[in-house]
Amino acid sequence: MPDVPAPFIVLDHLVKTFAGVKALTDVGFSIAPGEVVCLAGENGSGKSTLIKILAGAQAPDDGTITIDGRVHHRLGPRAAVAAGIQVIFQDFSLFPNLTVAENIAFSTSLAAGSRWVRRGRMREIAAAALARVGVTIDLDTPVEKLAVADKQLVAISRALVSDARLIIMDEPTSALTEREVRALIAIIRRLKGDGVAVLFVSHKLAEIFEVCEKIVVLRNGRKVIEAPAAEFDPATLAFHMTGRRFEPAPPTPGSTDAPPILEAAHLTRAGQLDDVGFTLHAGEVLGITGLLGSGRTQLAKALFGLTPIDSGTIRICGRDIAIRSPRAAIAAGIGYVPEDRLTEGLFLAQSIGRNIAVGRLDAHAGFAGILDRPAYATEIDQWLERLRIAAPDAATPVQSLSGGNQQRVVLARWLATNPKILILNGPTVGVDVGSKSDIHAIVAGLAAAGMGLIVISDDVPEILAVSHRILVMKAGRIVDTFAGGAIGEADLARRLAS
Amino acid sequence: MNEPLDGAGPTPDATLRRTASPTFRLLASPIGRLAVITVLIFVALALLAPSRFVSVGNLTSMAFQFPEFALLSLAMMLAMLTGGIDLSVVGIANLSAILAGLALHAAGPEASAGTATLAIGAAIVVSLAVGAVCGVINGLTIGRFALPPILATLGSGLIYTGLGVAITGGSAVLGFPAAFAIIGNGSLGIVPVPLILFAVAAVGVAFLLGRTAYGIRIELLGTNPLASRFAGIDDFMVTVKTYVLSGMLAALAGLVVMSRANSAKADYGSSYMLLSILICVLGGINPNGGFGKVSGLVLAVLSLQFLSSGLNMLQVSNFAREFIWGGLLLIVMVVNTFELVRHRR
Repeated sequence: MPDVPAPFIVLDHLVKTFAGVKALTDVGFSIAPGEVVCLAGENGSGKSTLIKILAGAQAPDDGTITIDGRVHHRLGPRAAVAAGIQVIFQDFSLFPNLTVAENIAFSTSLAAGSRWVRRGRMREIAAAALARVGVTIDLDTPVEKLAVADKQLVAISRALVSDARLIIMDEPTSALTEREVRALIAIIRRLKGDGVAVLFVSHKLAEIFEVCEKIVVLRNGRKVIEAPAAEFDPATLAFHMTGRRFEPAPPTPGSTDAPPILEAAHLTRAGQLDDVGFTLHAGEVLGITGLLGSGRTQLAKALFGLTPIDSGTIRICGRDIAIRSPRAAIAAGIGYVPEDRLTEGLFLAQSIGRNIAVGRLDAHAGFAGILDRPAYATEIDQWLERLRIAAPDAATPVQSLSGGNQQRVVLARWLATNPKILILNGPTVGVDVGSKSDIHAIVAGLAAAGMGLIVISDDVPEILAVSHRILVMKAGRIVDTFAGGAIGEADLARRLAS
Repeated sequence: MNEPLDGAGPTPDATLRRTASPTFRLLASPIGRLAVITVLIFVALALLAPSRFVSVGNLTSMAFQFPEFALLSLAMMLAMLTGGIDLSVVGIANLSAILAGLALHAAGPEASAGTATLAIGAAIVVSLAVGAVCGVINGLTIGRFALPPILATLGSGLIYTGLGVAITGGSAVLGFPAAFAIIGNGSLGIVPVPLILFAVAAVGVAFLLGRTAYGIRIELLGTNPLASRFAGIDDFMVTVKTYVLSGMLAALAGLVVMSRANSAKADYGSSYMLLSILICVLGGINPNGGFGKVSGLVLAVLSLQFLSSGLNMLQVSNFAREFIWGGLLLIVMVVNTFELVRHRR
């Protein structure tokens, strides 16, 4: 390639292993100054590990990182920043209580070794950075009061202040509306004009094409392809990411004459939910989708009693039930597989057995709360077998399992309590492709057996694959309802982001 | 992408455990290492002071000395398992002992056998009840008002100690029926009564943690309070119950101290608070909550008692003793942390 400028950074044969599992195997590619590269791959493909290596948070086991011709075997966080690499994480890593100006100028003041807070200088730096991005945001607003898109702009501005030459954006569009995505793409073009390279990390497909020159696809820790963006279309990219041709079969329609199992009406919680109502039938899978912050998780938390509703009614099997706590929800027959498996779902360092049996402790406790240990152990073993959880034994800490197996442990916990209604929030986040289709099959099987399921996800293909009916949420309200199979992937994605 | 996020748990490498030699296996677990250390300390002191350290007199004397702070350590352990800490254990022990002591004092040293029995019974009931009430207060401030346990119990501990001073005017409560000395100084055969009390409490706590639904809930809550909420564990009740139990164990320790000293006072055992934390951490109770075994705690108690008595015999000054305790604590924690880090890689 004769006309390509000297690359800014070259990754060569990077290898990283965690506890015997290869997260990255022989990954290498290069990024030129001002080039926009997309790193695509499913959850668990090694994208995050690669970001961490570039950010200097983790050292590769083998391989080299060459920046401007200098070869490094590892980068520390400071070396990465000094080389001009800035990472914008999904949560933006901002200080919510500090102002826009403080957030943008903070790291430079720190780097300059300045001992004093110089507000005037901070405001100058911040204003200059925002001007470079081409936006205006009030410098004195605390960051926590900003909308998500503005927070992202603050994070980008902060990266520029530190003389960024490569900005890595991790899933930058997951909380943005379509209009905001357009604005972001315009900004990326601007940065490119300034000679700043961007590595765009995403597992979503549509937004990738517009802005990238080159696409690198990772699968199971290996680079499967690196080619100009023009050579891909959505189908080939999906194939490279998953290694499979997908013909998602729409689920068999649920019988609409089944009795309603959950009737929610006028659910309202200040600032989070606004007059939400829907009905869930026995044997039905109801898909709920929406952007981050649309109220999809708030709805689940309200139904499960974690953040109870201010007003509205919840009827389960025809009876009004006040759900003020998770225990009340569980007593009413509701189970909840939470969004963040690692912090909300699991007791990571505890055994698989305890993680499964936590909902069944009382059922196995006899006189004075003493456990019937044989019955307890037998039930755990049965669940390991029924959900085909691959584990050496039930005493192994659950943190040693893969994402897919961990999610099955959470599922087993709830299935053991024999719920009437199971709410799954992001059921396949961080789960490998094989486990993903297994989990979808489990969902379909539970519905066929008469359970009512609510699947919440921003993964449009997933929602389409499992749902009999689909609700779209926006700003705490349900704005659309579709019958499963009545809408295609592109249409639903557009409704979501519009 | 699912590398373990937090290696707080005892996750000895399972394959290593199965394949390695017995010695290696012993050293691979924190409790195994502590057992080896305890034996080494015993042997070293036995060699340094052969006639005195391994004498019936010394062994008996040690068996009378450690149960009081061992009981306080058990109380501390329960709070630590929930991810908390109970800095009020010594305050509870003294306040409950003072109130119980007033009942004993009312009977007086010359009480008849019947009155003395009644007074001792009343004293035990009063003491445990006071311990329970103090525990409820701790549990409410932590479980309902969500104060950090370290601050909640620091404050409540000061209140309990202050109440003790206010009730006694700062002086000791004296004049108990002679029979009360059995609790701290009596023996059943050759076994000291306080040792029996501790053994019963330790076995009870071990059973509670290993065999009951409540015990498993304590450890789950201590591992991840957020996940406990999502799993429907009644974290408030678990917290309150645990601090009540902790308070009652502290009160039991208070009874033993009072019986051994034949008096109760608001400032007895003030060094025991830090000592009980030291024992818990040395014994492998995870200060972040969720993990810990009574067997580890017992080994830590024994090793510290051996050191304490042995160094006393070798006429090492008290300052050097504290120096050695602190050193032991840091070394064990560093070794355990190294192991966790190694597993995480």
